[in-house]
Amino acid sequence: MTNTSRGVSGRYPWLARYLETLRYALHVIVRPFDGFWDLSREKRGSIAAANTIIALALITRVLKLQYTSFQFLVVHWETVNVVREMLSILLPLLIWCCANWCWTTLFDGKGSFRDVYMGMGYSITPYVLLQLPMILLSNVFTVKEGAFYYVLDAVSLLWCAGLFIAAMMQIHDFSLGKTILFTIMSLFGMLIIVFLLLLFFSLLSDAAAYFVSLYREILFRLN
Amino acid sequence: MRKKSMRLPAVLAALMLTLACAAPALAADGYDYTYTYNYDYWGELRESPDAYRVSRVIGSQELGLDTPMKAPQSLFVAGSELYVCDTGNNRILQLHREGGAFSLVRIIDEVRGAQPPTFNAPYDIFVDGAGQMYVCDQNNNRIVKMDRDANHIMSFVKPTDETFNQSLSFLPVKLVVDVAGRVFALCKNVNRGLVKYEADGEFTGFIGASEARFNWYDYIWKLLSTKEQRAQQANFVPTEYENICMDPDGFIFATIATFDEGDIESTKPIRRINAIGADILIRNAQEIPMGDLDWDSASEVSGPSRLVDVTVLDNGIYIAIDRVRGRLFGYDTQGHMLWAFGGPGGSDGYFKRPTAVEHMDYDLLVLDQQECSITLFTPTEYGRLIYEATENYLKGFYEESAALWERVLADNGNYDLAYIGIGRALLREDQYRDAMRCFEIARDAKDYGEALRLYRKEWVEDNVSWIFPLILVLLVGPLVIGGVRRMRAEVNGR
Repeated sequence: MTNTSRGVSGRYPWLARYLETLRYALHVIVRPFDGFWDLSREKRGSIAAANTIIALALITRVLKLQYTSFQFLVVHWETVNVVREMLSILLPLLIWCCANWCWTTLFDGKGSFRDVYMGMGYSITPYVLLQLPMILLSNVFTVKEGAFYYVLDAVSLLWCAGLFIAAMMQIHDFSLGKTILFTIMSLFGMLIIVFLLLLFFSLLSDAAAYFVSLYREILFRLN
Repeated sequence: MRKKSMRLPAVLAALMLTLACAAPALAADGYDYTYTYNYDYWGELRESPDAYRVSRVIGSQELGLDTPMKAPQSLFVAGSELYVCDTGNNRILQLHREGGAFSLVRIIDEVRGAQPPTFNAPYDIFVDGAGQMYVCDQNNNRIVKMDRDANHIMSFVKPTDETFNQSLSFLPVKLVVDVAGRVFALCKNVNRGLVKYEADGEFTGFIGASEARFNWYDYIWKLLSTKEQRAQQANFVPTEYENICMDPDGFIFATIATFDEGDIESTKPIRRINAIGADILIRNAQEIPMGDLDWDSASEVSGPSRLVDVTVLDNGIYIAIDRVRGRLFGYDTQGHMLWAFGGPGGSDGYFKRPTAVEHMDYDLLVLDQQECSITLFTPTEYGRLIYEATENYLKGFYEESAALWERVLADNGNYDLAYIGIGRALLREDQYRDAMRCFEIARDAKDYGEALRLYRKEWVEDNVSWIFPLILVLLVGPLVIGGVRRMRAEVNGR
């Protein structure tokens, strides 16, 4: 460790810890099995870092829409809603964490919700690391050389998927087979959660509408 | 998907507008601004200036016909002569054009020397360079060839060849004749393509059968069903053509109007057929030429365009007409839509049941079988500019074409082809950056890539003086720093 960082860690220990855990993401993506094991058990990761990575992924997504060359990504801006674009990543992630935690906690999973969330956050690091330079590359490559771009695109997603699986295995201390089984079950669980949410909001709005109409009716009668 | 999307809010807004002004599409000056349009990159309809205006509507009265026209089916243009198949009256009208006016030259209702001499439902006519006329005399089961004075020369009749199903009656609907006098006829109930005759009347087979199509769902269903069930189901039969026409290069343009909505892309409603029957139409645009992309539904119309006729201008631009919405669509030789206009209705420039389209130079003639009228359209300045620019481009006069495209853009800023045309001219003048901008507006990735490649090359060549040292520093720098660190560590004895 160099002098400067020692100085910073002395003055702002939380900042040093944050930077340390953020930098740990770079370790995790290349050594996922060790990395995810130590993530929670050795306290080498932090929620703050996971939040940062997820936030970066959301920003990357929006930057990608805006700055990727139209050769590779044509955006119909009239139909794009930036908040919705961000939620389209964030919501599935959160629902996934819920569904996954629900199942695994019933079936011997060792990870807490916090661990699951942290694992998810760390495992989307390659998306940020690859997609950001790809925005630049897309403006240098021509459509004929698009193969490079599309391969990188696929790599960034497959890498994330691989890390996802590794994270599940290590955090819950599952075998590969069990992980895959619970991946499928979690997807199913996501559907149930979405269904319940829709049902809940639909009923809620019905109930609200009922009281609103009741109120109006009373007003009408009183007048 | 977007073709079928119903855009509910837009529909509601349009409905409210309709209620609000009672005359929706008409502006304050009584002019319909959505009459002519084109499609943008997203397949959305964009209004454009008129490419054509109605110059004259010719009816039976104007021609001084004693018996008005009845269900006319086809038009043919030879020079300034216009032939009309007045199918319902079993006669052919020859009209002569003088400026904007048409006058009746003669009525052909008899072929001297033929047996029988009269026509019975003449569906189509073709006139060759020598003035010889060929007529699809449908209910007489023959194609009559006669000289310019309507003297019978010969008849093409039902082939006796066993490849022709002898249980079918011979019902020719449309025909074209090539320079060698070979006759290609489209016959009702024949799905093996066009019936081909040599000049001497000998039947020499079929050409250009459109392939039988089926989808996997039907195929599996058929595999699972019993023999009896299979006999009940419809066979996978090739689609019949709707209409044919001869283009200036001697290839046959054909349209297909019977297909399922979902099969439109695979059906390829407009085709260009070469001598061995292969489809050689160029389809370089985002969407294949198929008429409307946005299938808006109204009370009586829905689904895709059903193109019932096509005509090819001398410059290779072809124009198809849609029976469903009464619209005309122009396409360039690469398959880009140039404009679309028309609509269903009774006023001038709208059609009830269009059956044929023909051209005289750039003027278009549309036959409406229900109205029994012929509408003459002449191009506006905007329409002419598009043609001139396209022609110049095809001839390789890129600068001239760019100048014309600039003028098109002045009239219609939504015209993507103009940006591409200008971009290509800029590309040839080595103005890569500006060319890239033009291609980006039109979202033409292919040309943009080419411009980008050249621009990139130029940029690297211009900036090599600092790029090369930079790369050197980036490569050597870490090595030097690492070496220095190692030495320092050794000195410090760690």
